Amino acid sequence: MDLQRSLPADRATERRRRGIDLRDILARYGTLIALVLLVIVATVLSPRFLTTANLMNVLRQTSIVGVLGIGMTFVILTAGIDLSVGAILAVSVVLLGGTLERTGNIWLAIAIAPAAGMAIGLVNGLGVTWGRVQPFVMTLGMLGIARSLAFLYTGGEPVPILDMSFLRFGIGYIAGIPIPSVVFLVLLGAAALVLHYTPFGRYIYAIGSNAEAARLSGINVRLYTILVYVLSGATASVAAILYGAQFAAAPAIAGEGYELDAIAAVVVGGTSLFGGQGGVIGTFLGALIIGILSNILNLTGVSPFAQPLAKGALIIAAVWIVGRGQRA
Amino acid sequence: MEPQQPVLEVRGISRRFPGVLALDHVDLSVRASEVHALLGENGAGKSTLIKILGGAVRKDAGEILLDGQPVDFHAPAEALAVGIAVIYQELVLCPHLTVAENVLMGHLPRTGGVAIDWRAAKARVAQLFRTLGASVPLNAPVGRLSTAQQQMVEIAKALSRDSRILVLDEPSAALGQRDLEHLFRVIHRLRERGVAVVYISHRLEEVFEIADRATVLKDGRLAGSWPIAEVDMRGLVRAMTGRDLGALTAVPAAPDAPVRLELRKLGRRGAFSDVSLRLRAGDVVGIAGLVGSGRTEVLRAIFGADKPDSGEVLIDGQRVHFRSPGQARRRGLGLLPEDRKTQGLLLNRALRENVSLASLSRFTRFGVLRLRREDRAVRDLMGQLRIAARQPGQLTVSLSGGNQQKVMLARWLARRCGILLIDEPTRGVDVGAKEEIYRLIHTLAREGAAVLVVSSELKELFMLCSRILVMREGRLMGEFSGATLREEDVVEAMLLGGTDDGPATFAAG
Repeated sequence: MDLQRSLPADRATERRRRGIDLRDILARYGTLIALVLLVIVATVLSPRFLTTANLMNVLRQTSIVGVLGIGMTFVILTAGIDLSVGAILAVSVVLLGGTLERTGNIWLAIAIAPAAGMAIGLVNGLGVTWGRVQPFVMTLGMLGIARSLAFLYTGGEPVPILDMSFLRFGIGYIAGIPIPSVVFLVLLGAAALVLHYTPFGRYIYAIGSNAEAARLSGINVRLYTILVYVLSGATASVAAILYGAQFAAAPAIAGEGYELDAIAAVVVGGTSLFGGQGGVIGTFLGALIIGILSNILNLTGVSPFAQPLAKGALIIAAVWIVGRGQRA
Repeated sequence: MEPQQPVLEVRGISRRFPGVLALDHVDLSVRASEVHALLGENGAGKSTLIKILGGAVRKDAGEILLDGQPVDFHAPAEALAVGIAVIYQELVLCPHLTVAENVLMGHLPRTGGVAIDWRAAKARVAQLFRTLGASVPLNAPVGRLSTAQQQMVEIAKALSRDSRILVLDEPSAALGQRDLEHLFRVIHRLRERGVAVVYISHRLEEVFEIADRATVLKDGRLAGSWPIAEVDMRGLVRAMTGRDLGALTAVPAAPDAPVRLELRKLGRRGAFSDVSLRLRAGDVVGIAGLVGSGRTEVLRAIFGADKPDSGEVLIDGQRVHFRSPGQARRRGLGLLPEDRKTQGLLLNRALRENVSLASLSRFTRFGVLRLRREDRAVRDLMGQLRIAARQPGQLTVSLSGGNQQKVMLARWLARRCGILLIDEPTRGVDVGAKEEIYRLIHTLAREGAAVLVVSSELKELFMLCSRILVMREGRLMGEFSGATLREEDVVEAMLLGGTDDGPATFAAG
């Protein structure tokens, strides 16, 4: 309703907009413009930035948070939030490491991670829908529970991952692109297609835009809301597989704080925390922006203590700019 | 009345939004103790004008004179400070704070300049409500009050700041008959105290009842301004729309048409009971009743949005028990809810998505949406319903009320839905679009749809329906059709029914 009031005029309908509308451009392409600007600045600041090796490095480092960000985007599009993805990652990776250590069966280990992630996501979804617990509270509680489960499982000792055929996922390349990044990009493409080309995607936007309207249009709001949390659990487990392969270890502290990085990527990518607007391509750009920023701070030797400051400022600035456009 | 210096004068105000000239040299002159109706179709520029008066939007050109002195506002607080209070259609109160806190927000009386003097505050607010002749529980959180009571809180708030000009943006849109009468009494009292009231409404009957003068805007320009005694309804409609309003008559369904929907003693505890009716293909049947009479709840129960706990619903002679709107949808029912903004539309999504929302299966093959097919269907419906929008990708929030309502209709037409339940078909819709919506509903019925309409506007039901059922306090009070369909009888059944006078939403006194 506030939306309605902030409109320039109820009559924008009748007359065609003419000329260039700066705010509209900002709302649509703000994130992309920010990314391009950042790339230009980074190239000027460091000659090493625009090298294939460095760019692949950025892409690889972005992959884990990026994969988390995909599921997070779906959740946030329904006007929810999932604070438990970092902890789900931990549960999945310790189960993966443990299974690998005990059985040596890579495929079993890789299958068990998403099973765990989706089970936890299901509990989140049931809590949010049937239990009517606010998503923030439900997943905050789950953050604690899942993290604790990971510690109880390992007894505090990180499980080492030594199986070379599994570690290949972390260090290998397909067509010159690091495998974790390939996984990220494939999932990203699939998610973008689902959001754009399937009824499921439409229902997610509808639920986030106005859940009651969706229900009164005959949409099973509970079902799709549950599915979204299950999906977020699943992407958290995929991120866990990438984590295990990259760090060759499965500690219970894995993924601590990653939920905030994932939320940051989603938000910088222009997806509204109120739901119903945004998408995974934005999240991809958002994750890249954050990744490139860390990269350039490292390359130019900025103190690690100052890096979170730069990131924090960037997040606020990005959302401020995109928000100004959306208010138009 | 002696000629008076206007208390508020607007001269040559213009405002341009990207690509749109919302106001083009508009004048408005309001005198003290005058109720001044501001009329125009949606998009005519009324909202922009009152937002400028209220300091929410800046003007590009022109001037505002208050007692002959030019004023200029940069923020709503500045307009309030000089005595202009705007009460928007969507009320802006803090739902968790009490009535007293809301009324005196920002200027609560204090003792010694520090602690809030609650006793003085309450006395002050009680005094204000006495002046208004309204009784509202002062300690209740505002969120628990009825819309009508919340409106009184807004008016009291304006009065507490000694506002001399009160702008009411469609105050009647969400009010029942009884609350409306009370609002009119309050407006009369304000007028006696010298307050000038700018009154916006889509219901012309109200304008003739309450206003002293009417100003009409059309397409951002001044279409005219007259003392109310010098115009008639026809003239105002012509000024607003540029054309005459045609006559409509409802045709009853053929007596042998199949019964599509039947209710047998349907009931839901605390809402309604013993509601029976039959709806044939081609029927447009209306349910009249005051706000709170249970009419909306009946529609929701039929559609599976709420569960009835007694009686039966039959579709095409078959008993059904819908546990969700999804199940009702599958059986060919569609519901246009009472409040399209909160219950119907995805305001921040495209028109296209709103239209196809309930019929995506039609556009899906192997789980994939066929966007081109969808686009074609949406464009067809846009043409058929004459939805004024640039393209299917336009955001729904930017459409006028009438076009938004057509989008809601289009959503169910896209499913070729045969039983339509319509709650308030034209709330907040301007005169021209209203007529179009009526014609659409008639066309649908002629093509075999069964339509059940709930409305607060009797005129509307008389134009739309061949049969009107009256509800009061959750029960059917009577059924009127053909020769027995007379307005006096319907009103009598609505207000008096068979039982006692019933509780009013609030007591005057």
